Amino acid sequence: MLILECPCCGVTGEETEFHAGGEAHLKRHSVGSTDDQFEEYLFMRENPRGVHLERWRHNNGCGKWFHAARCTMTLEVFGTYPAQTYEPPQEIKDAISAKRPGWSWRNFS
Amino acid sequence: MSTRLKTGGRFTDGGAQLSFDFNGKKLKGVEGDTLASALLANDQMMVGRSFKYHRPRGIVASGGEEPNALFNMGGTDDFEPNQRATVTELFDGLKITSQNHWPSLEFDIGAINKHLSRFLPAGFYYKMFIHPRPLWKHVYEPFIRQSAGLGKAPRAQDRDPDTYEHFYHFTDVMVVGGGVAGLQAAYAAALTGVKVLLVEQTAHWGGRAPVDGGEVDGLPVGNYVDNLVAELSAMDNVTMRTRMMGAGVYDHGYVLGYERLRDHQPAEIGPRHRLWRIRAAQIVTATGAIERPLSFAGNDVPGVMLAGAVRDYAVNFGVSIGDRTVVVTNNDDAYRTAITLKGLGLDVPCIIDARAGGGGALAEDAKALGIRVENGKAIAKVKGTKRVTGVSLCVQAGEGAELEEIACDAVAMSGGWSPVVHLWSHCGGKLIWDEQQSHFRPDAERPPMGATGEGFVSVAGSANGHLQLAELIGDAHGAGLAAGRAAGGNAAKATIPEGAPTSENPVEPVWLMPQGAGIKLRSKTWLDYQNDVKVSDVQLAAQEGFESVEHAKRYTTLGMATDQGKLSNINGLAVLSDALGQPIPQTGTTTFRPPYTPISMGAIGGEARGKVFQPLRKTPLYEWSDTHGSDWEPVGAWRRPFAYLQPGESVHDAVNREVKNTRENLGLLDASTLGKLIVKGPDAGKFLDMLYTNMMSTLKVGKCRYGLMCSENGFLIDDGVVARLDEETFLCHTTTGGADTIHGHMEEWLQTEWWDWNVYVANVTEQFAQIAVVGPNARKVLEKLGGMDVSKEALAFMEWADGTIGGFDARVFRISFSGELSYEIAVPASQGLAFWEALIEAGEEFGAMPYGTETLHILRAEKGFIMIGDETDGTVIPQDLNLHWALSKKKEDYLGKRAHQRSHMADTDRWKLVGLETVDKSVLPDGAYAVEEGVNANGQRNMFGRVTSTYYSANLERGIAMGLVKNGPDRMGEVIEFPKTDGTIIKAKIVDPVIYDPEGAKQNV
Ligand SMILES: [Zn+2]
Repeated sequence: MLILECPCCGVTGEETEFHAGGEAHLKRHSVGSTDDQFEEYLFMRENPRGVHLERWRHNNGCGKWFHAARCTMTLEVFGTYPAQTYEPPQEIKDAISAKRPGWSWRNFS
Repeated sequence: MSTRLKTGGRFTDGGAQLSFDFNGKKLKGVEGDTLASALLANDQMMVGRSFKYHRPRGIVASGGEEPNALFNMGGTDDFEPNQRATVTELFDGLKITSQNHWPSLEFDIGAINKHLSRFLPAGFYYKMFIHPRPLWKHVYEPFIRQSAGLGKAPRAQDRDPDTYEHFYHFTDVMVVGGGVAGLQAAYAAALTGVKVLLVEQTAHWGGRAPVDGGEVDGLPVGNYVDNLVAELSAMDNVTMRTRMMGAGVYDHGYVLGYERLRDHQPAEIGPRHRLWRIRAAQIVTATGAIERPLSFAGNDVPGVMLAGAVRDYAVNFGVSIGDRTVVVTNNDDAYRTAITLKGLGLDVPCIIDARAGGGGALAEDAKALGIRVENGKAIAKVKGTKRVTGVSLCVQAGEGAELEEIACDAVAMSGGWSPVVHLWSHCGGKLIWDEQQSHFRPDAERPPMGATGEGFVSVAGSANGHLQLAELIGDAHGAGLAAGRAAGGNAAKATIPEGAPTSENPVEPVWLMPQGAGIKLRSKTWLDYQNDVKVSDVQLAAQEGFESVEHAKRYTTLGMATDQGKLSNINGLAVLSDALGQPIPQTGTTTFRPPYTPISMGAIGGEARGKVFQPLRKTPLYEWSDTHGSDWEPVGAWRRPFAYLQPGESVHDAVNREVKNTRENLGLLDASTLGKLIVKGPDAGKFLDMLYTNMMSTLKVGKCRYGLMCSENGFLIDDGVVARLDEETFLCHTTTGGADTIHGHMEEWLQTEWWDWNVYVANVTEQFAQIAVVGPNARKVLEKLGGMDVSKEALAFMEWADGTIGGFDARVFRISFSGELSYEIAVPASQGLAFWEALIEAGEEFGAMPYGTETLHILRAEKGFIMIGDETDGTVIPQDLNLHWALSKKKEDYLGKRAHQRSHMADTDRWKLVGLETVDKSVLPDGAYAVEEGVNANGQRNMFGRVTSTYYSANLERGIAMGLVKNGPDRMGEVIEFPKTDGTIIKAKIVDPVIYDPEGAKQNV
């Protein structure tokens, strides 16, 4: 059972306080997109052994969505950050780089 | 025979006499006994029959790893199967029966299976019961069910009278295991100043050390243990618990502890078990080691026991396993058993040591006591069936030719010791194969990782592969200090304890005895006692291609019984490795999963049972409904009245009455559970245009509009009426089940996609009681109560208004889910009951009656209104339900719009909503499928539709239904067939789903 820190209210809580929400930083494609773009948006997901950027909601707490940078193999948490962003903030990228030099995830590295 | 010695035991000295009941026999024990030691003291060596062949089985071990001594325990209410005698502390009046035999333990019909053993090889069930298929349901399955599983399940109607609880605990360091290593580790950790929790699964501190002997810092280890316990007890930062097992280690330092508070003293009050939910910064597993059996023919005959267990029973309980005990070993430790028994005046005819070079200093001690030692020898087979009568001696390096028979009534065996690595492994700790000691032990380089990327579990003592006291005491001390510091402790100064060194010869791996044993011997050589798996079974599995240890395990069932292979796994995978011709580390182990040993379902449930299993949501009208005949229906966490039964009325009668009365007079419905979400802000209209398929931003203040919501996948997820309260504020009604999920859905889009839009959402579902006033007399009752103008002119269909009715502050919506003249009236929740009672009283002259959810459903079905969850199931789109009119063509985008353009969504062959009218007027079964000629790829009848809603309509005096049918709207009038589960067929005509008042005249008056 993971321990995560909600970047919105600052609470460090047990996994049961949170709800996992799948992959972070998806780009929404809608009307006007090609079938391939729409398929990619709806269905195609990263499934890495290692660094992953994912969405969580503090649903039994402040109710806010946030993102976590986490290693799916060791369960190490590199950091959490608010969901209102298109890419991980530099300090999160730095924290990942410090532990996993040369990491990449989709377009981020 | 096994018996109580006059010499006494560590745990039983001075204990009061107790009596207990075994299969109806009254037996005596002593306070301090386990059930196992008490049975042995009564010469009850044979304790059960094996699972497959019903062979007589005896007690093998003295701890939690015991595979055979499982009993039914308790009476009726507190009945529990598979209770292990070795960890059950004896109390006065304990009542047990043995398992898996018929008609009796001594004479068992199922034992005939042993003569069939060559017909019950590995994978027998898979091979035997596949064909012919039709026999499966009525012949094979009942047979397997009857044979499967040890013990019997408690009866469904019985209720466990005991209570259980959960307990939350936070600590810096948790040490699992209260043997000398655990005590030392806890002590060292505590010296660093951090908070320490130390748990021990048995009732005693010290583990094996006081039995095995040795010295630490010049003191006998038993005294050293006593001193450590005293020091730890005096430390404020240390919490100690006996009878508490570390059951499992999980992510980020989460540990489950299982404390047994009353199992040994059932007369006490309080919870029986307590589940500890622990967070520890650092965990030290000092879980010890488990002795392995040796694989020789007849190693399951009662009287064959692990050498360490024989020693435990003698020292701790003063119980001898036999008068003449042969010791067989591949290591020096078993010599301690021989020396102990000899010291108690018992006969040890021979120590059979498989190692050609024999043992070290302990072997010399044994010889000095006059014990015969045979090096390089083995047991060819054990003589006896219900009890050992002798062993035949052979050469280990040979094929089992008998050199001589040695008469004995007990065999103490030792195949070496395996560290208990379970807790280390639960959360990803890796193992390495220790060639010198022939066992897997934790690889300190690859521990389970915590949130910071550092290891959070370390290992101490024999669990770490340090089997000698001199080594393990320093190892444990170091582990404790390191854990304390890693958890934030200070750099404590402490002298490292020193154990007196011993000189032992190394263990030699012996996976089969004798080495060249033929098939006859191998098929009597047991690996897994509980699941009856033999050496020959594992070899057959390998031969048949089950090369992965996980596959071989499932095929042979090795290690799959309630003991999870604590004794058998290493021996089994060694045999598998040998059969595959590969080294043991290449074969690897199966996965270790929590809990370490079984824990009670009661402990897992804790306090969450009965009324507190789940919080119940109640509307303000709950009590009134409960005292007015409500037949309750669970709807999520809510309870809603299904119908209101009048005295003497059946549910069916009540529903029919409510349906007719609402259409003819006046019905009142508690609609408070409907979701009510306030959506507010300058961008609220724009936001709702994205969420609903139809246009909401154009809705006028004072008006209501029915809307549909789709997911981004295009599937319908919710529907309801939206009211515009003011320019910036909308009130969105959701389904009962949707209140929380749609609130979450809105928040998700607002927070993660359109976070720059100025909109807030508030869920005010429980702030209001909402009552639907429905039927031709609806307006009359409101006018009688008086207040705001509810005439057609002042408040038209699909309008809402604020005002007062009968003095109550009310918001009135002219909306209808029944097709009747209908007002849905929201009042503050605190006023709900008073307003309801005012309506009931004022409505009496108009025929007012409450109605429940079933009438609600029937009325809407008569109108062809869809219900989320009935007509939709997560694969249905609005177009399937002929709701094209609710899909805005003006809006550029909304959730689901792009998805509706995908090819299969636009497919003209999708199943679409129609009404279904049975030819014989009967009621279609819910979920029934319409079938046509031919079969699909799976050999099933081709299907082209299904029933989504089906009811008996008292108004029409026949069954009514809706369903989804391929090209349904184009097939009006066609009669289609729905087979029932009893093989008969119901014919139904495809009709318009709107049966009642298609023009909508009744609701618009
Ligand atoms: Zn929060």
